[in-house]
Amino acid sequence: MIRAKDLQKFYGGKRALGPVSFEINDGETVGFLGLNGAGKTTALRILACDLRPSAGTIEVGGVDAVAEPHEVRKRIGFLPENPPIYSDMSVTDYLKFSGELRGMTKPQLKKRLPEVLEITDLTEVANDAIGTLSHGFRQRVGLAQAIVHQPKFLILDEPTRGLDPVQIVEMRNLIHDLKQSHTVLISSHILTEISQTCDRLLVLGRGALLGAGTEAELGNVKGEIRQITVTVRLPDVKDLEGTYRESGDPKAFVNSVLSEIAGVSKVAEPYEQGGGLTYALSTEKDCRADVSRAVVKAKLDLLKLDYARSELENTFIRLVGGSDASN
Amino acid sequence: MRATSIIYRRELGSYLRAPIAWVIAAVLLLADGIFFQAWALRGEQLSALVLERFLFVSSFLVGAAGLIFSFRLIAEERQNHSMVLLNTSPVRDYEIVLGKFLAALTFLTLILIFSLYMPILIKVNGKISGAQILVGYFGLFLFGAVSLAIGVFASSLTRHQFLALVIGAFLLIVLGNIFQLASKLDSPVRAVVEQSDLWWVRFQSGFMRGILNLKDVIFYVGVTYFFLLLAVKTLEAKRWQ
Repeated sequence: MIRAKDLQKFYGGKRALGPVSFEINDGETVGFLGLNGAGKTTALRILACDLRPSAGTIEVGGVDAVAEPHEVRKRIGFLPENPPIYSDMSVTDYLKFSGELRGMTKPQLKKRLPEVLEITDLTEVANDAIGTLSHGFRQRVGLAQAIVHQPKFLILDEPTRGLDPVQIVEMRNLIHDLKQSHTVLISSHILTEISQTCDRLLVLGRGALLGAGTEAELGNVKGEIRQITVTVRLPDVKDLEGTYRESGDPKAFVNSVLSEIAGVSKVAEPYEQGGGLTYALSTEKDCRADVSRAVVKAKLDLLKLDYARSELENTFIRLVGGSDASN
Repeated sequence: MRATSIIYRRELGSYLRAPIAWVIAAVLLLADGIFFQAWALRGEQLSALVLERFLFVSSFLVGAAGLIFSFRLIAEERQNHSMVLLNTSPVRDYEIVLGKFLAALTFLTLILIFSLYMPILIKVNGKISGAQILVGYFGLFLFGAVSLAIGVFASSLTRHQFLALVIGAFLLIVLGNIFQLASKLDSPVRAVVEQSDLWWVRFQSGFMRGILNLKDVIFYVGVTYFFLLLAVKTLEAKRWQ
């Protein structure tokens, strides 16, 4: 378990973090979410014993990280934002060096290295100099050094930074596999990445902890206005009934169908998209099922239905504040 | 000390693999050879004086080599972000500093060994003892260690390698010429400043002339330890910043 209490960090006179308190249970995958400068990297560097906190306490696996950083470092694997690599070394030599630094013996390394190379898909470049590898491979080498000594806690700071879409998917799958055997802490400002990878979130903003919990827990706020977008194909005028047929206005018909749905407080002006008209609905609850039923009942063709923003986006923007998020 | 040995092996491997390290070594040896031929051997001289002149020039080159081989040691790690690996491994700051220092000292010693053919030539063709050469080279080794320690300390102060080189050079030049300042002071400060001199009092008047004083050895070892300790304390302080 990781337990941080009233953790603070100042750079000179400037507060970078805290005071924040949180707990991370064994086996959890926890995401540190926040805008740039929110304090994510500072928090992770303190947890990895790279920095010392200005105030507060941290326990990692029952060991005080401030009093006994040496002991804590043995239990932690850390992949910083920029992988800590030596360009002149081959991948194998570098991983041997990293393993030896963490106290691994030669027989242990001989057994472990092929496993790590396979897990991180580095076998084909094992003997290449790291300086000759692409950014994606270097990132994997950075991850390999973090897991080579089989640490209990894995700390990954922006692990997909600078990767192309294919590499992002590969890295995400890799992290997903590592979740089975490690307590993983990941920082990112990319919401989908955190959403797809983590069990629980810690949302940071300007050094403070703004929220903690699962995505559902953080999103479960009564009275919050959400936006749902629904795209429908406009009906022919001849298919309309009553006054709508006489006025020849299918848009007004769709508008009335959507406005009458329970929970919908506002229907915005529609715009054309994907061969139909898209309406943005303001609601206080998840009424996507009601919308789909109402649209089908009115014999309209439903082309698309979703939140305008993901659950996590809504939550994130609410927590960090709309103005900060848009900056 | 296990971590020191691991870091030592990596750093030494880095020196041995890097073409630039060999180029610098070759340039220093070439310069040493040119000065030996053009200045130390000039005119008819006593062989002991030729050795003194050779050691005089070599001490400058060793001082420069010490700085050149050490200014990047920690600054480069910071600049390339690889310092994080050392900082987050169960390695103590003194083990990092010591491993790097010893690797640089080994490479510097290798260069000193490559230059040995010149005093051997003096011995073969003149009348100097092996002990004179050994004492002179021991002095060069100790002065090189001091220069390296100053370079390591300068390197621990900043992530900018060039700035580290400038700081190291400044410290070495000041401490190597503090004797000049002493002549303008009154006793007892004068005696203290005189005895703090890195080069003139210890090397030029001692090792270079084949005189081995225990106090000079202790002084060089002490100064080396002092600057390495400062480097360790700087690394520790950086974690708090």
